[in-house]
Amino acid sequence: MAELSHTILLPPEQARAARPVAPARRHRRPLRWGAVGNHAVLIAGALFMLAPLLMLVQMSTIPDAQIMRTGPSFEIGDRFWPNLEKALTESMSFSGETTGLNMFRNSMILGLGFALGKIVISMMAAYAIVYFRLRFATLAFWLIFTTLLLPLEVRIVPSYEITQKLGLLNSWTGLIVPLIASATATFFFRQFFMSVPEELLEAAKIDGAGPVKFFIDILVPLSRTMIAAMFIIMFVFGWNQYLWPVMVSTEEGKFTLVQGIKQITQGLEGGHIPEYGRSNILAILAVLPPVLVVVFFQRWFVKGLTESDK
Amino acid sequence: MKRAGFDNPWLPILLLLPQLSIICLFFYWPAWQALRSSFFLEDPFGFGETFVGLQNYTRLWDSPQYMKNAWFTLWFSFLVTFFSLAIALLLAVKADTVLRGARTYRTLLMWVYAVAPPVAGFIALILFNQRWGPLTEAFAQFGWLLRVRLEYFDTAFAMIVASVWKQVPVNFIFFLSGLQSIPRAVREAALIDNRSGISRFWTVTFPLLAPTGFFLLIINITYSLFDTFGMIDTILRNNPGDQPVTLVYQVYLDGFRGQDIGGSSAQSVVLMVLVLALTVFQFRLVERRIHYT
Repeated sequence: MAELSHTILLPPEQARAARPVAPARRHRRPLRWGAVGNHAVLIAGALFMLAPLLMLVQMSTIPDAQIMRTGPSFEIGDRFWPNLEKALTESMSFSGETTGLNMFRNSMILGLGFALGKIVISMMAAYAIVYFRLRFATLAFWLIFTTLLLPLEVRIVPSYEITQKLGLLNSWTGLIVPLIASATATFFFRQFFMSVPEELLEAAKIDGAGPVKFFIDILVPLSRTMIAAMFIIMFVFGWNQYLWPVMVSTEEGKFTLVQGIKQITQGLEGGHIPEYGRSNILAILAVLPPVLVVVFFQRWFVKGLTESDK
Repeated sequence: MKRAGFDNPWLPILLLLPQLSIICLFFYWPAWQALRSSFFLEDPFGFGETFVGLQNYTRLWDSPQYMKNAWFTLWFSFLVTFFSLAIALLLAVKADTVLRGARTYRTLLMWVYAVAPPVAGFIALILFNQRWGPLTEAFAQFGWLLRVRLEYFDTAFAMIVASVWKQVPVNFIFFLSGLQSIPRAVREAALIDNRSGISRFWTVTFPLLAPTGFFLLIINITYSLFDTFGMIDTILRNNPGDQPVTLVYQVYLDGFRGQDIGGSSAQSVVLMVLVLALTVFQFRLVERRIHYT
């Protein structure tokens, strides 16, 4: 009987595999061609995803002149560290400001600034909408959630003109704040606050907690997981911005890595030997931080993504 | 709203102020500007503007260049959506069935989500390099000599490959979470009724995944329209010539580079209407989804 219930609790594939095996040979699993096929498909998929990045790494280890002749191969050379040093410290332009390190710093400012700003502003707004009796609540709600409908790209030119009018070109404010003007995170936090039990607020009120104390001491700690999930999504989104930085930050000292890709590809043209080694390392630098964040905080990331996009 | 909300009159306004002012300044004002300028023709030297009614819109309709890019955007979105959904679904179904290494596969299949679109374009430039690009060589084996950035169709092909590569992970994540939320009892009942894996997939799993699929459909169309900008700009290296571009890229070219504010505003409004229609469509589907479950 115990055997039977055990079989039912197993996932279907495993249950099917477990059934015909005689007790004496239980430990030797028969080779199932179905499973082999599944793994083959998944390995092919994983390679499809991984191969381009491995190619970038391989190309950064061999001399540029050799790449110009033969392209990527399976050979691993010794140019990685010299190329890395060059990418980090040497500037791509005459101004001396587009070094890998400088662009890395700018990308960090954009990614972190965007994520933090967005989370703080949307938590405040969501708190006001959910926890207060407000006369204009419905109006505020619609004003805020209409922004979910239109992405920045469709109003890009007028947004640029307004940022220019306000004198915010080439400033961190002009780069980050217009990107925050959408309510994705506010919507997410509103959903979450709505699911927090009503009794919590009643209990806090009986204990004499005011709105500020309730927010800081109860609601924020309660939302920790949600904040982490949002932070990961928003950091990746901010770090990967391209069109807006290209338009707003024209001073080389403000270039981000993702924006620098444009300069990098232009460096591959022209008569001299294209600098594949350095370019590829800069491209790897541009993807590494968001990829590491997504891989290491996978559980929160998936939670944030699948719950916020709906 | 909570039943026992706080009654403080000023605090909520203070809390809402940052969000509302940013939205008014950088959302409603530009959106209004776009709508307004789409009915005006701006003097190229900035001396004034004249009301021209719908002329900016009819100009678009009559422009062969715009219509060509509209068609390109349409079939580009269709192909990217179709292939990224199909590949992701296959991978998610397999990742859901295997027992060994499930977590490793999941990580390996989702990390590309975090890659910035311009980097995807940069990688495509290398893969499709004229002289030694691995994919150029692979297709040359079949007698297809790809000339990306020179031939219209070949450039479009490279853009589609790069976009699909970049979009599979998002779809994979959603399909996998959709699959994992199918109750075990349903799966077991299906297993008893139907031993064939393929027919079980089409009669049980696929219909249960349909809501996720509809939702992803909209997400993918929006992605192909808007998030591919960086990838396209990198592949074209800032110099589109007569190569294919999407409608969003056209807005940027006309409004930012060409200084045709009226024309680019009309294009923005067309895109706004398109996105609004998609969103309304999505909401209606979400409504219907409630009846499913």
